Amino acid sequence: MSATLIWTTIGAILTLCVYSFLYKDNPFYKFAEHLVVGVSAGYYLVIYYFNFVQPRVVNPVFLLRYGGDPIQFAGFEWWMALIPGILGLMLYARFFPKIAWVGRWPLGIYVGGYAGLGLSPVMQARVFQQMEANALPLTSITNVLLIVGLIGTLTYFFFSMKHRGILGGLARIGIVFIMVGFGASFGYTVMSRISLLIGRVNFLLVDWLHLL
Amino acid sequence: MKYPLALTLVLAALLSPFASLAEVAPDEIVVPAEIDTVAPAPVTGLTARDYVDNSDAGDKIVLSWELSADDGSGEGDVVAYELARSTVEGETGDSLTVVPAGATRYIDDTAEPGTVYRYTVTATDGANTSAPAISGPVAGRRSFFQPMRLPVLVLLGIFFGMVLIFTQLAQRGAELFVRRIPGLNAIEEAVGRATEMGRPVLYVPGIGEIDNIMTIASLTILAHVAKITARYDTPLIVPTARAVVMSAAEEVVKQAHAEVGKPDTYDPDNIRYLSDAQFAFAGAVNGIMLREKPAANLYMGAFWAESLLLAETGFEAGAIQVAGTAMVSQLPFFVTACDFTLMGEELYAASAYLSREPKLLGSLKGSDWMKVLSIAIMLAGIVLRFAGHDAFVNWFRTQ
Repeated sequence: MSATLIWTTIGAILTLCVYSFLYKDNPFYKFAEHLVVGVSAGYYLVIYYFNFVQPRVVNPVFLLRYGGDPIQFAGFEWWMALIPGILGLMLYARFFPKIAWVGRWPLGIYVGGYAGLGLSPVMQARVFQQMEANALPLTSITNVLLIVGLIGTLTYFFFSMKHRGILGGLARIGIVFIMVGFGASFGYTVMSRISLLIGRVNFLLVDWLHLL
Repeated sequence: MKYPLALTLVLAALLSPFASLAEVAPDEIVVPAEIDTVAPAPVTGLTARDYVDNSDAGDKIVLSWELSADDGSGEGDVVAYELARSTVEGETGDSLTVVPAGATRYIDDTAEPGTVYRYTVTATDGANTSAPAISGPVAGRRSFFQPMRLPVLVLLGIFFGMVLIFTQLAQRGAELFVRRIPGLNAIEEAVGRATEMGRPVLYVPGIGEIDNIMTIASLTILAHVAKITARYDTPLIVPTARAVVMSAAEEVVKQAHAEVGKPDTYDPDNIRYLSDAQFAFAGAVNGIMLREKPAANLYMGAFWAESLLLAETGFEAGAIQVAGTAMVSQLPFFVTACDFTLMGEELYAASAYLSREPKLLGSLKGSDWMKVLSIAIMLAGIVLRFAGHDAFVNWFRTQ
């Protein structure tokens, strides 16, 4: 019995354990659920260490401070890598009630930093480019529908006034466009989920049972 | 002379290879091809400077020079210019590229930001190269300010100004109207139902990281929900997919219990980190739904493909479900499977509406009027484009 067959069989059995959930909760599903939660926790621990902690904290500190190949860290000082490392360690302060407040600092830096870095690109991509792209001449039905739908949708998400009168009418047009969009998105995504199911059934019938 | 004919024949045979020489007409002179040994004139006025464009990563240097005197005039034999780049003074360095005759400009987009280079340009006629023209030292630098992004600065300034004004008004007690969002009533009804049935409330803050704005909005709503559940002693289960989100959720729920005067009823075991893996998280939450049987499921935050798995399982379990997300691809599933859905910006408006926090109200009002400004700009752009004026719309082009 080859190793491939063993692992394929294990994968197939676990697939069937998860699918048994469609009937009702049962010990097979519980086993598969707990297995994947536990394995993923250990897996991500290793991934995070080797993909983030080691190359960005451990390697810069030890290679730059104690020798090694500094070229990949050109322009870097060894102590700079300690800063994110210390901020990460500060998060663990929340396990100690007396110094739990220390954990708020790295959280604030993390959230504030990402918000600030994302401000300009998001403004450009989601506001400017949309404004520029949608200032279209009203020379075709497509353009008219696009502009009407856009203004209606923006009006629907206007919270400073009640949706009455003209505003209410525009908001109603907006919600119609939103729901049409949702329907299209739903159908498209269902198709992709069906293709995932086909892939799984293919795995069971072809790779495991060799029936097809 | 004996045998004159034989002698003549022998001489003709010996001299026949040279016969072609005798065929040359007396007025044609064959001169061998002249070998060009004269080098073309060098280029002049070579300058190299940091090239600033919209991206401006500091990796572009622009070279410009004046044509060699033998390019299109003089000898007229220049065929190309050879460019080289060096980081060492006095050395020609590595060949960079060859540009055709007539070129007076080249942009080197392979420079390392901050590295000092010297460029050499030589004219060539195919056989000879001119004396090199060498530029002064130049290094690419990232600009402090990119002029093409000025519109972004202007509109951000307007947006921040509006947010600050409305925040100030809210802090001074001014009544800032926010229309009622239907899904918000549903949240309180759902929690009330769970309290009546004596079953827990399940609150899923999504699988986004703490820097995701949807997660932040979700934690604000969680604070409101946690206060209600703490007030009525209803268990609140909060499964999370990120460790940092779990720690933030613990803070929020603990604070909520303290604010209603019931710090002892806070149960840290109800705030659970399950898994970073998307479908492991979904499977574990499904397990919670079927085993602990919450009466109300609230899905608020960033969701991806696991959204339908969660919503369908909750529907099968018979819980009342309220969802809120700005993920456009997942909204259709929540609309289909849940009782109420907060769509897109309603999630952010909900956090402002429920908390009445001046900063949240100020930013909600600011973004509202920013939408009005955006519509006005678009309509102005449409009218002006129709009239043949593109300058207004082009001003917003930042790429």
